[in-house]
Amino acid sequence: MNVNFEEKDKLLILEINEEIDHHIAEKLRRDADYEIQRRSPKRIVLDFNSVSFMDSAGIGMVIGRYKTATMIGAKMEMINVKENIKKIFEMTGVLKIIPITNNI
Amino acid sequence: MKRTYENEMRLEFLSKSSNEAFARITVAAFVSQLDPTIEELSDIKTAVSEIVTNCIIHAYDSPDEIIKIIAKIQDNAVIIEISDTGKGIEDIELAKKPLYTSKAELERSGMGFTIVENFMDELKVESILELGTKVTMKKVIRSEKQVEEENNT
Repeated sequence: MNVNFEEKDKLLILEINEEIDHHIAEKLRRDADYEIQRRSPKRIVLDFNSVSFMDSAGIGMVIGRYKTATMIGAKMEMINVKENIKKIFEMTGVLKIIPITNNI
Repeated sequence: MKRTYENEMRLEFLSKSSNEAFARITVAAFVSQLDPTIEELSDIKTAVSEIVTNCIIHAYDSPDEIIKIIAKIQDNAVIIEISDTGKGIEDIELAKKPLYTSKAELERSGMGFTIVENFMDELKVESILELGTKVTMKKVIRSEKQVEEENNT
């Protein structure tokens, strides 16, 4: 995961660069929570540009980070979500609570 | 109807989570001979990943058990059978319900079976307590070529 934090806007960009399945979800969850708690951002953007595959483990991971974000009063969005992954977020209602944005 | 094309492959591997990627990529490679669209291939990979993960998380307590996959091609359809010899599912209908999970502490979303039902044309779950579970799913493939022809008419 690549981490980019813009102090001025309290913007935390987490770029995931692995296929998201159950095997990798636990590590992503730990790394993301560590960054969120350490930086106290106002806005979190999950960047899916380098994610080519995701299954339902990704839903649990994303919803879990949304909960962490909500606890510290931060907003969360996703960006660069490929069609096959967007389909899963749409089908499971995730997009209703975590929107996809077109620009950071 | 006379079958024009048939093929089959069998795969056995340990119930380690690192094999989730191995399983979905291997099945996708086998299905590739039907010339599926990128979307169909992605749907199949996701479905295989969901069911194999279920075997690893729910069926077994140890990563040293065996998961089996049999994939068959019959004409332009693929049939994938994934089985384990683990604990079995007590209530299959409950397990298939959207948002139901017995492993909320692992941040499981409870959407695995729902996704498989959406992505595949058929899904059958058979389970016997203490003996194991067999999941059979089927998807009809429209080849890239076929899609192209449809777009041209």
